[in-house]
Amino acid sequence: MQKTAGLIKKRALELLDDGTVTRVLAWSRSEDFIYEVSPTFFDKGNIDKMIYDSFCAANLSKYLIRACKEQTEGKILAVLKPCDTYSFNQLLCEHRIDREKIYVLAVPCTGMIDNDKLKKAGFSGVTKVIDKGDSLDVFTPDGSRSVAKKDVLLEKCLCCKGSEPMAYDEKIETDSKPFETQDRFACVEKLEKMTPDERFAFWQGELSKCIRCNACRNVCPACSCMKCVFDNPGSGVASKANSDSFEEKLFHIIRAFHVAGRCTDCGECSRVCPQGIPLHLLNRKFIKDIDDIYGEYQAGRDPASRAPLVDYRSEDAEPSIVEERGN
Amino acid sequence: MQINDNLEKSEFKPLIVAFCCNWCSYAGADLAGTGRLAYPADVKIIRVPCSCRVNPMFILKAFERGADGVIICGCHPGDCHYSTGNYYARRRMTLLFSMLDYLGIERGRTRVEWVSAAEGQKFSLVMNDFSKQIHQLGENKKLGDIRCKKQQD
Amino acid sequence: MYKISKEKLSSLFETISERTPLYMPIMKNGQSDFYLWQSGDEYCDSELNTVRSAKDLFFPQSENIISFKKEDRKITVEANEDSFKKFVLFGVRGCDLKGIEVLDKVFLAQPVDEFYAAKRDSAVIITAACSRPEETCFCRTFGVDAAAPGGDVTTWSDETELYWRPNTDKGERLTQELSGVLSECGDEKVGEIRSAIASKLEKLPLRDLSLEGWGESTVEERFDSENWEKLSESCLGCGACTFVCPTCQCYDIRDYDTGHGIKRYRCWDSCMYNDFTMMAHGTPRPKQMQRFRQRFMHKLAYFPANNGGEFSCVGCGRCIRKCPSRLNIVKVIRAFGGSEK
Repeated sequence: MQKTAGLIKKRALELLDDGTVTRVLAWSRSEDFIYEVSPTFFDKGNIDKMIYDSFCAANLSKYLIRACKEQTEGKILAVLKPCDTYSFNQLLCEHRIDREKIYVLAVPCTGMIDNDKLKKAGFSGVTKVIDKGDSLDVFTPDGSRSVAKKDVLLEKCLCCKGSEPMAYDEKIETDSKPFETQDRFACVEKLEKMTPDERFAFWQGELSKCIRCNACRNVCPACSCMKCVFDNPGSGVASKANSDSFEEKLFHIIRAFHVAGRCTDCGECSRVCPQGIPLHLLNRKFIKDIDDIYGEYQAGRDPASRAPLVDYRSEDAEPSIVEERGN
Repeated sequence: MQINDNLEKSEFKPLIVAFCCNWCSYAGADLAGTGRLAYPADVKIIRVPCSCRVNPMFILKAFERGADGVIICGCHPGDCHYSTGNYYARRRMTLLFSMLDYLGIERGRTRVEWVSAAEGQKFSLVMNDFSKQIHQLGENKKLGDIRCKKQQD
Repeated sequence: MYKISKEKLSSLFETISERTPLYMPIMKNGQSDFYLWQSGDEYCDSELNTVRSAKDLFFPQSENIISFKKEDRKITVEANEDSFKKFVLFGVRGCDLKGIEVLDKVFLAQPVDEFYAAKRDSAVIITAACSRPEETCFCRTFGVDAAAPGGDVTTWSDETELYWRPNTDKGERLTQELSGVLSECGDEKVGEIRSAIASKLEKLPLRDLSLEGWGESTVEERFDSENWEKLSESCLGCGACTFVCPTCQCYDIRDYDTGHGIKRYRCWDSCMYNDFTMMAHGTPRPKQMQRFRQRFMHKLAYFPANNGGEFSCVGCGRCIRKCPSRLNIVKVIRAFGGSEK
């Protein structure tokens, strides 16, 4: 990973120097905590602060919406992980970003760490993490300990979509080993097998934690409306708090529905939720249904493809399939 | 807007909201009326310009306000007044209903039916059948806003 | 000083909740928050901080203020009486208590916020010393003593016992009611616990965070600083920091149309939202940088300017853990601190 970071920085500097790009969108770290990694714009003056390691989970593609509007001349160098390139494609497809203004440097990824899981695994004051393929060596002031990757990686990384970037102008390649991934629909199937009352209780428990901070919405690359319906006082649903258990359901159903067919399953919503609500389970349900009923579709794979909800076939299944399907 | 006073009475009288396309089912309801075909008074019709005008939010809002069942009626696939609206509605409603099921809401509370302007009889049959189904399911307790229920005050 | 064996905590809780509703940190669905204790619930001591702070009990995220009911042509108005019920709050950390004291300055100043005042009057606050402070804690910077947090009753715990010291009249009264379950003891053990905590606090990474340069006198110089642009660059404009913060106190008042009346409620609002301070002519803070600046200037400059130099941050460290983009008040304090770490 350290080698990769060096290559990225070197390339970024070259591209800044030869004028291909005027600024770089990547990650930087504060010196207090290892997980304090923020998306950052760099120029020649601060490019030395740029980092890349297994704490750079943030998907940078959404920042490109604003950056494209601000960019008057020259290009932005966007450092994108393979999964971020899906979001990038999807934003292109929806005309939210300007391809001409962006130079994509695709970088390899070996999985990103979930800091909450690291904390739950008993690590405090982590100073360094070394990637060993299927495991990680975690260093703290009390010494180092090895931990299985599957125990501390983010949900989105455990169900990685693959190491191949979907869009790039240039890619950095290393001989990083792929690690074992899980079936992303297994968690959805587990819920589907429950009785309706069990499912209801499950979601009631999870969604009642929601504090309506809108972090899931604001981080989501698919949530790119200029004005969200939930912020529009005229919509009748612009409550700033969930005053009733109905409102938390309304917000999350509508949000998931609005990104259905456009959600690339980048997993940012679950990553940022301060209450740890497994929001990916809602998005993956839609993805699974779309795959099952209308044929496999991965948003962001091909920017020229038509999203399933703005498309139809005359022989499509009737909505009664939901009742008939049974499970 | 107050749409459910029924809960105060001991006998369960459901509230059913029917979103009907102006060009087909709404006329179908008219035809049922002029043909003196009965359909339950539980059904409250909301006229929409096309079945694809029905936003998932409409359906959830109906439940919020105390609906026990929501039915969307549109033109038969292929016969949409706007050529393709009902095709889109079909996909949307399929996914929405599946999501409601996933959240543990009873499956039978939502339905889509294609009823043309000439099908007064079908309109009456569909509404009778749907009302019967909602009677069996009973009151919608999972997806309403308690503040909208009258006895809460 | 009193004590009770930790094994018997549930009988303590049982006794309290027989008389008064009892709230405490309870783990539900993987997150610890203040919930009403019911028989069988376990007090969550493993997490240092709840996700939402204890302010939720005094200034809830959503609270009915008044209801209007319409019957025929008559409209009746009903006040919300919920605020006047007594309750006991157990397991409040020193930082959260300090947070409540900050809110007091806002809500108990003239004109007094009746809903808040009523809850403050009717609550008994039992604090818990932090046996295991976390790496994100910096409460010492704001004068909080995590080893002896105060409140109506202070508690300390070791492996087997919970020690209990009433501090106020309210605390004494509660202690008397609990004489059946609490037993008297000396305070040597608590002294040991306190010094153990103090030595842990000494080792925290943010122990030396200094507020030098912050405070009332620096408003203008800070306001126009170029630092804000860079600091706020990756802010997503969500409200996570504000809603987990024990001192954020902005709210909105909204009406909910129930179909047969109106429920007027107040709910938390966030200065990070783009519709905060929206007025007829638009918003005076159109850029996220301005909203970001407002939040931190309020905590570190405007609030001290109006409250005798007291800051409205308590160093609980929640924003460090919860910000999606890993922005937080420590970064802001450091950025202006002269010695950028």
